[in-house]
Amino acid sequence: MIPIPRMPGLLEGPTTQVGKPVSRVDGRLKVTGAARYAGEHAIPGLLHGYVVSSAIAKGRVTRIDTGKAMAVPGVVHILTHENRPDLAWLDRKWKDQDAPKGSPLRPLYDANVSHSLQPVALVVAESFEAARLAARLVEVAYEAEPHQTSLLMNRDITFTPGKDKGGFEPPPAPRGDADAALAAAEVSVDLEFTQAAEYHNPIEMHASTVEYHPDGSLTIHDKTQGVLNCQSWVCGVFNLPKSSVRVLSPFVGGAFGSGLRPQHQLFLAVLAALALKRSVRVELSRPQMFSFGHRPETWQRVALGASRDGTLTALVHEAVQESSQAENYVEIVVNWSGQQYRCDNVRLDYRLSRLDVHTPLDQRAPGAATGVPALEVAMDELAWKLGMDPIQLRLKNYAEADPNTGKPFSSKELRACFRQGAERFGWPDHLPPPRSMRDGRELVGWGMAAGVWDAMQNPASAKATLGANGKLSIATASSDIGTGTYTVLAQVAAEVLGLETADVAVEIGDSSLPQAPIQGGSWTVSSVGSAVKAACDQLAKRLHALARDAEGSPLAGVGSVRFADGHVVAQDDPSRRMPIQQVMRAAGLPVLEEKALSVPYALGRLRHTLGTHSAVFVEVRVDAELGTVRVTRVVSAIAAGRIINPKTAGSQILGAVVWGVGMALEEEAMTDHTLGRVMNHDLAEYHVPVSADIPDIDVVFVEEHDEVVNALGAKGVGEIGIVGVPAAISNAIFHATGVRVRDLPITVDKIRAGLAALP
Amino acid sequence: MTHPPQGPIPLTLAVNGRELALHVAPWTTLLDLLRLHLDLTGTKKGCDHGQCGACTVLVDGTRINACLALAVMQDGKSVTTIEGLSRGDELHPLQAAFIEHDAFQCGYCTPGQICSAVGMLAEGHAEGPDDIREQMSGNICRCGAYPNIVRAIGEVMGAGR
Ligand code: FES
Ligand code: FES
Repeated sequence: MIPIPRMPGLLEGPTTQVGKPVSRVDGRLKVTGAARYAGEHAIPGLLHGYVVSSAIAKGRVTRIDTGKAMAVPGVVHILTHENRPDLAWLDRKWKDQDAPKGSPLRPLYDANVSHSLQPVALVVAESFEAARLAARLVEVAYEAEPHQTSLLMNRDITFTPGKDKGGFEPPPAPRGDADAALAAAEVSVDLEFTQAAEYHNPIEMHASTVEYHPDGSLTIHDKTQGVLNCQSWVCGVFNLPKSSVRVLSPFVGGAFGSGLRPQHQLFLAVLAALALKRSVRVELSRPQMFSFGHRPETWQRVALGASRDGTLTALVHEAVQESSQAENYVEIVVNWSGQQYRCDNVRLDYRLSRLDVHTPLDQRAPGAATGVPALEVAMDELAWKLGMDPIQLRLKNYAEADPNTGKPFSSKELRACFRQGAERFGWPDHLPPPRSMRDGRELVGWGMAAGVWDAMQNPASAKATLGANGKLSIATASSDIGTGTYTVLAQVAAEVLGLETADVAVEIGDSSLPQAPIQGGSWTVSSVGSAVKAACDQLAKRLHALARDAEGSPLAGVGSVRFADGHVVAQDDPSRRMPIQQVMRAAGLPVLEEKALSVPYALGRLRHTLGTHSAVFVEVRVDAELGTVRVTRVVSAIAAGRIINPKTAGSQILGAVVWGVGMALEEEAMTDHTLGRVMNHDLAEYHVPVSADIPDIDVVFVEEHDEVVNALGAKGVGEIGIVGVPAAISNAIFHATGVRVRDLPITVDKIRAGLAALP
Repeated sequence: MTHPPQGPIPLTLAVNGRELALHVAPWTTLLDLLRLHLDLTGTKKGCDHGQCGACTVLVDGTRINACLALAVMQDGKSVTTIEGLSRGDELHPLQAAFIEHDAFQCGYCTPGQICSAVGMLAEGHAEGPDDIREQMSGNICRCGAYPNIVRAIGEVMGAGR
């Protein structure tokens, strides 16, 4: 193959700002309560909207009586499908950037109900309390139809989706004959896995504050991961020009995917504001946070065949997930299994089953957090059957190139993750047999698993403006949902222009700023960071030219410069230097501004598979009689290219490990299939990890050098941290107890049933 | 349950050291009073049902969930919110420690965590990290910053001994 040219503009080390554990630049605003989130903007005359949610899962609204509700003092208006203003009717207009194939939900559009808790009315009142009371007094009559909400009862009624969503790839064609190889394998495992639906539940509930201006234009404070996505969606649905709609989200109280698509609180707040020509806020209640978007319930089968030396000879991975009746939500669940290990006979299959639920939605490491743990538990079970160390089994089948495509990895330091993670954890050469380590009442177990996620990039733009005071501002319509975007963008900019991070102000979360993709998929640093670098590179070029041409410049005729301590410095003679501010003064320029668009390095991406990798090691302690599980130690070794900020990146991994603990042990939306409704729709009954559930977590970033992924060499860390965790916990529980639970979450009842069934 | 709301009731309250004479409807929670009437939005609403701790404030020095407290029942009391912890530009040691240890991500649970930690330290029952974990478990952090929260509080607790 012809070698490809080196990516232009690669960031070379050693770096001064990039790689530093800088504290969050927005930290002070957050710890003092000064950061304002979507539902926190005080606007004179603001009205409050409260949503009335459907009591049935499927059918029609036959009558809505608003008499009692309207009688509550302070109630201004009640919007329903019967009195709503005109709305777009083409499906296309209702599609947002993250919409899968199908017809998006149109709240209050007609009498149809397609899922439980679907909004059927919005009460608007002068006070929040009046709206809430009146919402309860709206009387809605329904004609219910039979519904289906159980995936396991509908697991055989499936279809194979196509490329139904951006970023989704259907499974690759089979290679070899996996089923025959499985039947002929010397050693094999054939396992079924089930996993409950999970809800994102960011601690900030979804809210939108719509400021209505006298000229009919709107300023919208929305909880979203993509201000531009919401802006264009609002414009499409309400037929408004972009110039009349500005969407802001400088602070987002967590999202994890819930803010990828415009949610119905945004729609309802805009609808009410336009109908009443007043400013309106709609905030969902915690139960209503279970009314849209969730990680889909999943059924999987993983079957592995191997020869006695551990060489994989067969791999089958099948998955069935739920989607809604109207949209084909898809995520990559099984493809990873063809990529993680070398194997000649592979069959991967992915199907959907339609249920009467709202459309699922990407949730932290969508698909990978579901499919990879199933594979990694199967690998563990195979290792025990073979009598082989689980790390050795993984190394034995280590994929040097991507077996799905034959392409090399742009970089893959997974071996180093295994080595360094095992060392930090104290993983033994020979794992003691299951159920052999006891400490008082508790059975102790160790488990490990590997993880993988894609290193994606999308086109993005950024503007860099240098002021006469030597301070730099960066602007881009990206977002910071807690990931550290503000901080890492400041670091990247400071690096290029030789400034301190504190000299850079970052402005994001505003639809009037240069284009940036929705924040998701771990692609923000890669996409937006690259755009910031490109804009600053352009500034640097101009400064270089201006410095060279300045009268009496010490840099006259200097062909190559670098930037340090606020100076332009000759590359090979540090004594020839000029302060940036002086360069601008000499040129008579009070400000210097550059805007850049950065696009993925297409050739490099075409020729390689790009991903992050991880190895997770876990210790659990299980009460021998009660079956309660404590996770007592976690080591997560991550290979994700260059780490821009080990502090904020470390937090991304910590948080994702916590998510992994939730998935393994706690999180479960329990549906009453008679009602077609999630029963535990609050934070008392839907359990997420609390501090007492989480031990100290040891995060190791493994050195990884990548010259293909982007000019920063950084792959992004939002998702990779969760991927291996549920499997490592599950494997550790088996090691502690001898009990395998292949139904997530692994709750006490399941462990106790397993303990009781032990020989 | 369709009683029309009663009219506003007079109420005096010291909020972050400022004496306020207010008229508040009896169904207004302390949380909504702070956020919607006084524009002190540093105190967060994460559930409105006493399940998440985002609304934690200090009333007469004791940490409580402001969403479970009716405003009119706080008559004559003194409320401290996140906005009242720092002295001018000088952060409360816990606020500084939270920044230093990156004890938050999205920052939405953070005011509640910090107020809760102030209250917990005043209670004086925590000896080490395991106690902090246990006694801070009423404050959910969905971002999962727990290990850093425990470190940040531990540092301040250690310094206070
Ligand atoms: S808002 Fe008060 S505990 Fe959640
Ligand atoms: S920092 Fe986001 S919920 Fe705690």
